[in-house]
Order: sequence, then C-alpha cells, then structure tokens
Amino acid sequence: MFEDYLPLLVILALAVLIGFIVVLLGVLFGPRRPTPRKMAPYESGMVPYGPGRRRMSVRYYLIAVLFILFDIEVVFVVSWAVVLRKLGTLGLLGMLVFLVVLEVAHLYAWKKGALEWD
Amino acid sequence: MNLSDFILTLPIITLLVWALLLLVVDLWVPKGRKGIVAALAALGLAVTMGVTLSQSGGSGLAFQNMIIVDGFAVYLNVLYLVSGLVVVALSHDYLKRMNLERGEFYPLMFFSIAGMMLVTQAYNLIMVFLALEFLSIPLYVLAGLARERPESEESSLKYFLLGTFSSAFVLYGIALIFGATATTSLALIIERVGQGALNLPLFIAGAALMLVGFAFKLAAVPFHEWAPDVYQGAPTPVSSFMAVAVKAAGVAVLLRVFLTAFPSLAAEMAPLGWGIAALTMLIGNLLAIAQTNLKRLLAYSSISHGGYLLMAFVAYGNPQVAGQAVAAMLFYLLAYTLTTFGAWAVVISVEQNDYQGLELDDYAGLGLKYPWLGVAMLVFMLSLTGIPLTMGFWGKLFLFRATVDAGYVELALIGLLSSLISAYYYLRVVVMMFMRSGEPRIRRDGWLSLVAVGSALAVVGLSLLPNQILQMAAQAILSLQ
Repeated sequence: MFEDYLPLLVILALAVLIGFIVVLLGVLFGPRRPTPRKMAPYESGMVPYGPGRRRMSVRYYLIAVLFILFDIEVVFVVSWAVVLRKLGTLGLLGMLVFLVVLEVAHLYAWKKGALEWD
Repeated sequence: MNLSDFILTLPIITLLVWALLLLVVDLWVPKGRKGIVAALAALGLAVTMGVTLSQSGGSGLAFQNMIIVDGFAVYLNVLYLVSGLVVVALSHDYLKRMNLERGEFYPLMFFSIAGMMLVTQAYNLIMVFLALEFLSIPLYVLAGLARERPESEESSLKYFLLGTFSSAFVLYGIALIFGATATTSLALIIERVGQGALNLPLFIAGAALMLVGFAFKLAAVPFHEWAPDVYQGAPTPVSSFMAVAVKAAGVAVLLRVFLTAFPSLAAEMAPLGWGIAALTMLIGNLLAIAQTNLKRLLAYSSISHGGYLLMAFVAYGNPQVAGQAVAAMLFYLLAYTLTTFGAWAVVISVEQNDYQGLELDDYAGLGLKYPWLGVAMLVFMLSLTGIPLTMGFWGKLFLFRATVDAGYVELALIGLLSSLISAYYYLRVVVMMFMRSGEPRIRRDGWLSLVAVGSALAVVGLSLLPNQILQMAAQAILSLQ
C-alpha cells in the first residue's frame, strides 16, 4: 500500500532539493549590491509606513462574524435549490425550518444593533 | 424520517424552539423587567419536563438509529431539566445584582441542556460527538458571561481550550473505532464485535481515546486541572450548573457508549477505570484540603465525586452487577445533584456584589447569625461526606456495595478512605460556621433560600426512603443492556 505513495515522496524530495539548489546558486554566484530600498520587505511596492500592528475597530469583527453566518446560509440554500424538485415537500419544510432559525439570528443581530455602524 | 421520529425527540425539539422564542422575546423586554424572561425560561423547562415524563416507560429509536429513547435517558433528562430549573432560581437575583442580566443567558443554558439530552440519547458515535460539542459551546460562552472580569475571561478561555482539546481525543477515538469496525452506529459496532470482524488493537486504542476525552469532560484525574480555575472564574450559578449537569452528562455518555458498544472490552477497560476512579477520589479530596476559597473547594469536591461516580463504570463489564452498579450511580447522581445545588445556593447567598465573600473566613459565625442557612449548609456538608440520615450516605453505600459485589474490594476501601479525608474539609466549613464568631453578610433572596432549604429538606427527607428511589433507578435502566 505504501509503495503506491512512493512517487509522491520522490516528487516532494525533488521539490525541496531543487528549491535549495536554486537559492544556493543565487547566493554563490549572484552579485550583491544592497541599498536600503532593496532591503525593504516589499521591494517593488509602496513605501511602508507606521507599525504593522494597527488597532482595528472592533466592528469589523462583528461584520465578519455576521458575514460568515449569512454566507454559509447561501451555501446551504444554493445546494438545496439545485435539487429542490427531487426533495419534494419534506425538503421545502426542512429549508423553512432552517430559514426560521436563521431569521431568529437575523432578528437578534438587528435588534441588538449589530447592523448599525455607529 | 417520519412522524414517530419527531414524537420521540419532542422534548429536545420543545426545548430548542422555546430557546429560540426566548431569545427573540428578550429583545423586546425592557431592562429592569427581565424577571419575565426568567419566568418564561422556568415555564419552558417545566413544559419540557412534562413532555419528557410522558415518554417514561416507553422506548424507541429515531432518525435511522441516531437517537434512542429509554428509561435511562428519561431519568437523566429529568435530572438535567431539574438542574436547569434550579439554575434559573439561583441566577435570577445573582444576574441582576452582578449586572450580568443578558438575555442570552437562558437560551444558552437551554441549548446546553438540549445538548446534554442529545448526548444521553445518542446511539451513534457521530451523534455523540455532535451532541458533546452542542453541550459544550454554550458553556464556553456562559463561563465568560462576566466579561468585564479577567477571571471570567480566563475561565472561559481555559474551558474552551481544554474542551476542544478533549473533543479532539473523542473524535480521534471515533475515527479509530470507525477504522476498526467500519461503522459508527452503536448497535452495529456490537454486532461486528460479536462476529469478530474487526481490528482489535485499533478498537482498543479508539475506546481508550474516547475514555480520555470523556474523562476530560468529567474532570477526572489526571484530566482535572481545568476544573477549579474554570469554576472559580465563572459566574457562580454557571459553576453550579457545570458541577452538576455537565458531570451527569459526562457519566451518562460514558456509560451509554461503553455499556452498549464496548461490553467486550470490559477486561481491558476495567483496570483503566479502576485507576482513574481511585486517583480521582484520592487526589480530588487531598487537594480540596488545601483550599480556602469556597468555589475552589466545591470544585475539588465535585472532582472527587466524579471519582465515586466512576466506580460504577469499573464494574460495567460484569453482567451480574452492571445493572446494580448503574442503578447505584443514578441514585448517587440524584443525591449529588440535590446536595451540590444546595451548597452552591449557600455560596451564592454569601457572595457579595464585588465578588468577595468567597473565602472560608467569610463563613465565620454564619450558622449562629443565620441558623436556617447554617443548618442547611450543615446538611449539605454531611451529605457530601456521606454521614447517615442524608442522601449522600445511601448513595455511597449503594455504590460501595455494588463495587464490592463486583469484586473490587480495594477500590471500595479507597473510596471509604477518601471519604474519611473529605470529612476534614467538609466539617471545617461547619466548624467555621458554628464555632467561630464573625460578622457574616448574606444576600437575602427568596428563591435562593427556597433552593437552599428545599434541597436540605429533600436531602434529609428522601434519605428515609432510599430503597424506593433505588428501585426507580433500577427500573429506569432495565432496557440499557
């Protein structure tokens, strides 16, 4: 059983080896003339400013959580809609139950003011 | 899926629908009138209890053998619902004065109870895992309810990290058992074991991993470290809920899975269970001696009582005594529930609004100044120790008798020895209350007093008819094997 996976191991080893060789060649033979601009983390991008750990408004997290909630709902509803006719009445009722539960969550978030920015 | 599936799961459905309604209703209840929500929560638990009791005597399987209804489940479901009612009574005033009156409290508790009912009725390992998560996730939130306090946050985070860790153990165990038997249904597992069509080492490893996961939930030594910190930091009614209902659910799922699916592994599991039970009793009681904070003391006490409950698990493989052991365990759970809730009610009475008043010194003179509360606490401490004329005595007697009948005399002796050790710290509370002078301050609340005095009366009153209750418990588990 494990023999089947041997090619995978060989590819893995080769990938690591080639990666090492390429970097090693660059280090050994490449010319090195560093300037401050070249040493920056994103050499070709914008000039970085300020610390990396800025404080974010906590509201972003709330929005993200709500987004996940309603995004996952869409995943279920779309896959349900594809086979709607085959599922029949029972499928319709099941989805209704799901949507009612979701509506409770929506109502809760709405009334608690989670949908207001301020 | 047909109508009978829904009828069999009606208690759980009732509870969940009620929880959703409660969540919505709370949004329109103005601050200061949250008593309405508490009353509705109590009503919901009572209605669910009615539906549950209507199932007693019957049994059946629902949703393609995913869920089972039997006497064992009905007995424990009633226990969880009673716990819920007691927690509502304990927390109504507490939440108001601690400024924690959030509408999410009761629905979260309902979800957790629904998870406990599901885990007790699970008849498939996938269901066991899902229900364990459903039980635990609301509790992580409840432990952090007092989110302004770092202690509460610590409690929540610790519980979350160790809870997910233990869930991973259970899940890995389930995966190994699936690998060994190619099924997750408890009924099919035992069938495959009977045919001998399985990979035995994998099967044993899976069962042992599940045992570790359940021991985490139960706070059994050596997986107990989280319990004192979590109980101390969480709001006190939540701690009492965790100490009683979650422990009952942990024992329930342990017995359900091991009795129904793994009776053939009893020879391998008994020494493990023996060691865990003995260590849990001894270490829980020894560490409790060093505690001066009442919440931590009760936490260690609940750890050691988990050890007593596990004595029933050690004997599970012996068909002659398994029924007797499980009945004794159910009796012990009832005694433990009544006693522990009473003791926590006293702790909540003495706790001050600034979370002070939890030290042993704060109890000095309590029994002299407030005789009712003092005598109630005396009854609880005696019952936890296992002194006659209390439920705790009969619980220990039945458990020890079942253990001796199963041939584990040493384990019963260790249990006896650890009860002796526990007498020291339980009676120290009593000495503090009645023989030291002090200026204790308590919070007066009708519901708290009702729980304290009511449980004290029940602990003494029910101890007069132990055999009838044991018979009831024995009736409940007839269908388990």
